[in-house]
Amino acid sequence: MPTKIDVEPRERTTAREAEPLTIIGKPNMKVDAMAKVSGETLFADDLALPRMLFCKLLRSPHPHARIVNVDVRKAQAMAGVVATLVGSELPIPFGILPVSQDEHALCFDKVRFVGDPVAAVAALDEEIAERAIRLIDVEYEVLPPVMSIEDALAPDAPAIHEDERYQGNVQKAVSLQFGDVDEGFAEADHVREDTFFFQGNTHLPLEQHSALASYGADGKLTLWSSTQTPHYVHRAMAKVLEMPPSQIRVIACPNGGGFGGKSDPFNHEIVVAKLSMKTRRPVKVTLNREEVFYCHRGRHPVAMWVKTGVKKDGAITAMHFRSFLDGGAYGSYGVASLYYTGALQTVTYKVPRYKFEGLRVFSNKPPCGPKRGHGTVQPRYAIECHLDKVAEAIGKNPLDLRLERVVEPFSTTANHLELRTVGLKECLERVGERSKFRKKHGNLPRGRGIGLAASSYITGAGLPIYWNQLPHSGVQLKLDRGGGVTAFCGSTDIGQGSDSVLAYVVAEELGVEVGDVHVVTADTHLTPVDLGSYSSRVTLMTGNAAIQAARRLKPLLLDEAAQKLEVPVERLRMAHRRIFDREHPEVAMDFAEAVVLAEARYGTLGSTGSYTPPRSAAKYKGAGVGPSATYSYSACALELEVDEETGIVRVEKIWIAHDVGKPINPLLAIGQIEGSVYMGLGEVLYEEQVFRRGLHKIPSLLDYKSPTFLEMPPVESILVETLDPEGPYGAKECGQGPLLPVIPAVANAVYDALGVRIDETPVTPDKILLALEGRLAKPTVPAYEFPPPIEVPPL
Amino acid sequence: MVEKLLLRLRVNGEPVEVAVPAHKTLLEVLREDLRLTGTKHGCELGECGTCTVLVDGEPVLSCLALPIELQESEILTVEGLTEGGRAHPLQVAFAEMGAAQCGYCTPGILLAAKALLDRNPLPEREEIQQALAGNLCRCTGYLQILQAIERAARGEVGSPISV
Repeated sequence: MPTKIDVEPRERTTAREAEPLTIIGKPNMKVDAMAKVSGETLFADDLALPRMLFCKLLRSPHPHARIVNVDVRKAQAMAGVVATLVGSELPIPFGILPVSQDEHALCFDKVRFVGDPVAAVAALDEEIAERAIRLIDVEYEVLPPVMSIEDALAPDAPAIHEDERYQGNVQKAVSLQFGDVDEGFAEADHVREDTFFFQGNTHLPLEQHSALASYGADGKLTLWSSTQTPHYVHRAMAKVLEMPPSQIRVIACPNGGGFGGKSDPFNHEIVVAKLSMKTRRPVKVTLNREEVFYCHRGRHPVAMWVKTGVKKDGAITAMHFRSFLDGGAYGSYGVASLYYTGALQTVTYKVPRYKFEGLRVFSNKPPCGPKRGHGTVQPRYAIECHLDKVAEAIGKNPLDLRLERVVEPFSTTANHLELRTVGLKECLERVGERSKFRKKHGNLPRGRGIGLAASSYITGAGLPIYWNQLPHSGVQLKLDRGGGVTAFCGSTDIGQGSDSVLAYVVAEELGVEVGDVHVVTADTHLTPVDLGSYSSRVTLMTGNAAIQAARRLKPLLLDEAAQKLEVPVERLRMAHRRIFDREHPEVAMDFAEAVVLAEARYGTLGSTGSYTPPRSAAKYKGAGVGPSATYSYSACALELEVDEETGIVRVEKIWIAHDVGKPINPLLAIGQIEGSVYMGLGEVLYEEQVFRRGLHKIPSLLDYKSPTFLEMPPVESILVETLDPEGPYGAKECGQGPLLPVIPAVANAVYDALGVRIDETPVTPDKILLALEGRLAKPTVPAYEFPPPIEVPPL
Repeated sequence: MVEKLLLRLRVNGEPVEVAVPAHKTLLEVLREDLRLTGTKHGCELGECGTCTVLVDGEPVLSCLALPIELQESEILTVEGLTEGGRAHPLQVAFAEMGAAQCGYCTPGILLAAKALLDRNPLPEREEIQQALAGNLCRCTGYLQILQAIERAARGEVGSPISV
């Protein structure tokens, strides 16, 4: 084997490539596009196997109750029912975070929210299964429910989890201080405090979760599921089913939308696996829409308080931020969500001293978790509205206040986050110019307003969910004698185009066409681990792993071509299925011919590549959340009209600039930006996941109002390129970050239009009318004594 | 066993016979009995438009339609959009414009768009928005879908894309 294959990946992925790019940066069609428009793509519920049974879960009608008895005899006796399952058959707890192993596949001691599953059946068809679960008798001892943060913290509140770590229903309380904020406030010319409330909302993927399990005659189990994180599901299955992971295969089907809602291991996945093991038949479950609302894991409701000190010119001297998260019934990603509500305040504007206090409580509602922008959306809404108020108080234009305080590229924040490229200034300037913000702000006729906000998001979590030193993403390549390339990777396409990104990168590196690359992804038997489609990590991590794998194969092919063509290897270039002399492009051979020559010399051709993000310098407790390979930046301006009679808001035009580093495919990048803008608009104007006595008030696609074709305003998307040294070809994330600024930009524009502040999402007509009448109550935060802060010294 | 009826339907231009209980919806018959899984479901309550198919050229929510009433009709699903091995211009335009992200709402939107273009070959943007107001998409923000439909309507499929 040649020795020159091992080069440091980071050097090799530097942005400024010597070679012109032939595929990266172009609006190539997605590799799965024709399958998706023809109906060929098979989602989990499209799968069917011979002898397949159908599963239904019986879910709790009570938000909080002790289970006295579960009797499945009548259901078991019903014609067409093949098996039943109760919680005591799967006693081992699970959960996405190692610190929160607090869920059971089926509850056996307590139920903690309406929708918590207690029993399941497998039957010949779905209708029989549906009728059979109604024959299951469950005796409950109903307990008082805890329905809010205040309820949870009340001195006489019932304990939702009998775990001594969770005193007073507080799952976790955090207190961190970076520098002396009191000193900072003392130095300030103006100190301002505000409170905000961000109502919870849900992902609403159009595909309802579905899973199909098949336990084979060989004793091996296969699960096909609509999951964003097959690797983590694999681990949870092995744990709960007490099987070696080597005997379990998890395949993530293409997800019909995820947005974070398919990132946890779910009860129904484990239940169908167990039922398949019991019956030795394939078993499928598909949740109905109401169940999807109750499975949730969406945006946490968060009450927030923020205090900022500024000098006369707007320089921030200190910031103190408090967040209170209503976590719902289980841990889910909640500890990470909690830390995220405090982590990224420092990565947009210079904050020299920073204090964060936060807590997450349990309540008897569906568990919350990660939704697009995980844990950073709520504080970003608060911060960007708060800064607008600060700007007004010191007489500064909100655009200038932000522009003048943008963090320096390659600097380190007060909470030890290491930044790389920062395109925020350019984002702000571009949307400011395009929207004519300076001219319009404060000068539009009453009822019309313009608002602005900025934000940042991680490009992949710096640490995996469970502690390990392994790569975050792996890619394996196989070359075919006919010139085809197969790329294997655990990454999961949830519609964002990760399969396509993998193909583009491999095609670019090896000089073949996109269609020559066949991707095999998201299959724990066939593909190297990729941690999953969350935290905007896939383009950067899979992209870098793919580059490394391809660059390990390239020298083998180039050496053969150099010998055959009698051209020095440095002069050779690979593009369009050819290897040719740069100086005499007619001196060339086909890619496939080089593959044949190399295979003849070295044997079967394959390679692997992997990627691990840079190690963070932050070492304090809690420093696991926030670090990232690099951060994306966004700025948004929007103009809207509010009807003073009805309170109805109509957004007329949105300008958004996003620092994407370098778009791997600008068309897809814009699709991610527009989708993020749309989702942010839904959250700020309409969507709320609210409950009455434990029941979801509006668990349907009609009543849970999301924007349709009619509500979507025109969007001008601006791609800002900063060529980040850590990203493949310079790329950073674009699938989540652009959601963040939309929400505060709407609230700020409503203020510009009518002079009323709506400090609670969603910004609905009733709140606007109440505010106009001076009757909208200020959001409050609970009185809670946080533990003394961990004082973190500067690096 | 539940009593079954023998239904004679025309789906994608072909006659099919299928024995199903009378209460089975068109969505269920298409997906489960005919294995035409290109038609998707998002709520099975007629709220999201995901299961849209064409019945005699008109968009119909297959989750609310009973096939027993449609035995004289022509039913078109996404699988039937490709004619003579050639993809419909709408399909190509959607693929070119990134209008199918997760692709789950795509079959329903393609069919609703086809019904619109068949009666109004060059619709204004507002007309497209009105025609598709009953179809939810959670990925795209709708804009690339609108561009794709306009591209197909204007016969621009296959031309370079400017971003």
